[in-house]
Amino acid sequence: MTTAVEKVIAGDVRTVARLIRDIDDKIPEVRKVLKDLYPHTGKAYVIGITGAPGVGKSTLVDQMVNHYRKQGKTVGVLAVDPTSPFSGGAILGDRIRMQRHSLDEGVFIRSLATRGHFGGLTQSTRSAIDVLDAMGKDYIIVETVGVGQDEVDVVKSAQTTVIMVIPGMGDDIQAIKAGILEAGDIFLINKADREGADKTFNELRQMIDMGHSRYEEGWKPPILKAEAAFDRGVTELLEAIGEHRNYLLKSSEAKGLVRKRERVRDELAEMVKNRLIQEVMERLLESGEFDKAVDAVASGETDPYSACDDLLLSRLDGLK
Amino acid sequence: MKDRKLRLMVAKPGLDGHDRGARIIARAFRDAGFEVVYTGLHQTPESIVLAAIQEDVDMVGLSSLAGAHMYLFPEVVRLLKEKGVDDIMVVGGGIIPDEDIPRLRSQGVAQIFTPGARLDDIVKWVRENVKPR
Repeated sequence: MTTAVEKVIAGDVRTVARLIRDIDDKIPEVRKVLKDLYPHTGKAYVIGITGAPGVGKSTLVDQMVNHYRKQGKTVGVLAVDPTSPFSGGAILGDRIRMQRHSLDEGVFIRSLATRGHFGGLTQSTRSAIDVLDAMGKDYIIVETVGVGQDEVDVVKSAQTTVIMVIPGMGDDIQAIKAGILEAGDIFLINKADREGADKTFNELRQMIDMGHSRYEEGWKPPILKAEAAFDRGVTELLEAIGEHRNYLLKSSEAKGLVRKRERVRDELAEMVKNRLIQEVMERLLESGEFDKAVDAVASGETDPYSACDDLLLSRLDGLK
Repeated sequence: MKDRKLRLMVAKPGLDGHDRGARIIARAFRDAGFEVVYTGLHQTPESIVLAAIQEDVDMVGLSSLAGAHMYLFPEVVRLLKEKGVDDIMVVGGGIIPDEDIPRLRSQGVAQIFTPGARLDDIVKWVRENVKPR
């Protein structure tokens, strides 16, 4: 297994691709590799891009990759698309806008599906970030639709989070998942040539000002305009990302430690939760206990609360 | 290994702009519970192969309705081999004359689906012949 670690560090694309697959498929052996890779992480800068479907996330990411490559930086991209809750399948189409980079060895693009039940998207995306980090990518861009708690959490694990909107969303801005607006370090109005860009700008401004107490000391999210399809405003966005990065570097050591501790706390809690669910569910499904309980509740033999108690009490000592 | 999910790529090589078929296939694969990476139009064999490796797919499905399949399909097979990849299956679909099919097969294209192929049959074939690696 150490050879896998060496290959990742050497930037071997097949090994990295395979490892991310193993992470996604929750292959237990992958943990050993991730443990050994962890000391080699922490060098990459992670940028989260989120926004409603159709705001131009993939197009923007494509342009960002182009700019970073011109600066001589290497880039990893993780593009998350939703899994169909009905079939469990997914169409991963973010590459369509990024295919021009597929021949570039300095770029690694991977499409990920949310996969649904029992969660774990956050966990697997974070692990995939670690892998691309250890692989030596300078920047890692995570692109995800900003709906659903899992995706919000994914974006939160980025150092700089960019929230994209388009003109004409109007009051819909208010409807952007609570908790994600607060996670925004930079707001980008894409397709800014469209009518209503100024109105959208004002609404965002107002919203940010309303939450000014949060921004009183430190970073106040800038609002930028762009037309990503024509490469307009992308340079300015990268500058803003650079400024935010500098801000994070300069903010006091004490603050930095607090932030790091918070992130580690989130990550570890997530990891424990997922592992617990995975282990317990696997056993319950394998032994057939789960399906038996489903039958019992469905047929009216028992209620779901008692069934849940029965399933878990025998597993977890002291569960009340 | 029970959690392995099938990952497939649907790609349109060459200058052919007819993507309706590829999109329908991609959708049928999604509805069958597979993860499908769709590359979009106008891909070169090189870009398809490198994307397939990065995405760690189990199969690449190539769609061609413009007559260049005799070059494009075997070229994808050849480039995969050149990269040392021998476990990503290549299949093709589109307007492909009967007499071309044996020649494509002999050059490493595992299966060819022509107009009239039923989506159910294609999905069934994939289920039976493509295994998550």
